[in-house]
Amino acid sequence: MPTIVQFEAVSKTFETKQQTVTAIDGIDLSVEEGEIFGVIGYSGAGKSTLVRLVNGLERISAGRLLVDGQDVGRMRESELRKVRLGIGMIFQQFNLFQSRTVAGNVAYPLRVAGWKKPDRDRRVAELLDFVGLLNRAHDYPDQLSGGQKQRVGIARALATSPKLLLADESTSALDPETTQEVLRLLQKVNRELGVTIIVITHEMDVVRSIADRVAVLEHGKIVEQGAVFDVFSNPQTDTARRFISTVIRNQPSDNDLDRLQKAHTGRIVNVEIHESLRIGSILSHAFSDHGVQFEVVYGGIGAIQERSFGSLTLELDGPETSVDALIAQLGSVTTVEEVRA
Amino acid sequence: MSGIVHTVTTDWGQMFPLLVENLGLTLYMVVVTLIIGGLLGLVLGILLYTTRRGNILQNVVVFNVLNVVVNIVRPIPFIILIATLGPLTLAVVGTTIGSNAAIFAMIVGATFGIARIVEQNLVTIDPGTIEAARAAGAGPWRIIFTLLVPEALGPLILGYTFVFIAIVDMSAIAGVIGGRGLGDFAIQYGYARFNWEITFAVVVVIVVLVQLVQFLGNWLARKALRR
Ligand SMILES: Nc1ncnc2c1ncn2[C@@H]1O[C@H](COP(=O)(O)OP(=O)(O)OP(=O)(O)O)[C@@H](O)[C@H]1O
Ligand SMILES: [Mg+2]
Repeated sequence: MPTIVQFEAVSKTFETKQQTVTAIDGIDLSVEEGEIFGVIGYSGAGKSTLVRLVNGLERISAGRLLVDGQDVGRMRESELRKVRLGIGMIFQQFNLFQSRTVAGNVAYPLRVAGWKKPDRDRRVAELLDFVGLLNRAHDYPDQLSGGQKQRVGIARALATSPKLLLADESTSALDPETTQEVLRLLQKVNRELGVTIIVITHEMDVVRSIADRVAVLEHGKIVEQGAVFDVFSNPQTDTARRFISTVIRNQPSDNDLDRLQKAHTGRIVNVEIHESLRIGSILSHAFSDHGVQFEVVYGGIGAIQERSFGSLTLELDGPETSVDALIAQLGSVTTVEEVRA
Repeated sequence: MSGIVHTVTTDWGQMFPLLVENLGLTLYMVVVTLIIGGLLGLVLGILLYTTRRGNILQNVVVFNVLNVVVNIVRPIPFIILIATLGPLTLAVVGTTIGSNAAIFAMIVGATFGIARIVEQNLVTIDPGTIEAARAAGAGPWRIIFTLLVPEALGPLILGYTFVFIAIVDMSAIAGVIGGRGLGDFAIQYGYARFNWEITFAVVVVIVVLVQLVQFLGNWLARKALRR
């Protein structure tokens, strides 16, 4: 897959009256054509700045930034305007033009691109149909719900058939149900139109729902990146672990452990679950093979990118050596961590 | 009808055409000022807003110069502004008295007043919409004309309605440099001759005029805001 966005040691600093703020600190990152790339981080991590560099709303301070093969860091503002015609952007607060109708909003980028009226009208109808708002074409944004506004935002961003869509916290102002609706639409944009999407978010659920790969941003640096499944199943940093725990609460916290220790007498182990593992068959023979009783005391299994993933906490009761043997057998197929002997 | 207030009986057959003529003069001065001052003020207000730090035409020097000039000119009471502008009026209009000299001073006063009103209305526009227009590839001039002005249109109409009344006020003062019009008429024929009827008639005409314009402004603003 060719690369569509490539950051090479990119930094961005802001000069304010009192100090210099380093919002992006030497980032290397590449986004492949056709993927949905998630960038997750806490408030102030530099997510918005990162995405605004891509379409030149902010200019890089150091490094090199290639977008669709063009060196946007070195372009003049007038050249950047042409590049922006090929990049769509959607926003947390939708940023629709209140003085224009739904159709007028969607037509705006087409006017900028110099489309003739009949072509514009046809394209606007096509886009509104795609986002399911054809019947609201003549309404004004303040007559729409949040989810509908974002769908207009998406239609507007896609007007000039961009190859790349930037979504900055595009679902953060929406309720969970509407969030899923907008995420499904973004997925449809990606799959049916082949648009590459960079999704900025502070919600792990958004990444889990639609992203192929993810980068974890902290203090302007990428602390972890990779396929979403890999980062989820094997996080390397505390930041990533904290984000993951917001969607899959599968490992008992210290409080949970205290409680479990009081309630159970056997040994307690965490067993990582992956889809293709046959943990069930091992456990179903635990008593006949080893003379060990087990109890599931904690855990959770969810899906990321259509693959199951999670962890179960088991209490194992039986003679010491038998329990050891069972743990060894489980350990031969997955990661087992003894929480308390 | 008789009483101590009626020291003069008014010859309306003679006064009415004069009232109409002076109303016409006032309207002429006000409309010309509103059009020219309105446009200049719009340009100045847009420049004040867009050259501010972080905005689409960011330019520290231009902003600071404009800002200082507006701050100096705007608070000058109109009657003093007329006197201050004397030499400039002479250079531009060729005379310092009469309706056209008055209009020149009114345009200057209105331009700076309107500039601030325009700037204040533009500030209320959500910066996010400007960001969306930039992201769509729009340049600064396109953003000004296809986004800033339409988005602020409702409040701008109300602002201009307010300015209309301020200009009527200025036009009354314009009498001092021979600008004539309703203000001058009220002073010359009403106040100076103790003819309260004339003064009262002028007041009624002005109140009706202002009400009509206010009504029109409200109606247009409502249409622009769709509320
Ligand atoms: N124009 C600016 N001038 C000065 N500092 C800025 C500017 N824009 C961003 N910053 C600083 O850069 C850092 C990163 O900001 P950014 O908006 O990219 O964070 P974010 O991850 O998007 O946060 P949030 O989740 O709250 O939107 C912050 O410390 C912020 O104060
Ligand atoms: Mg942000």
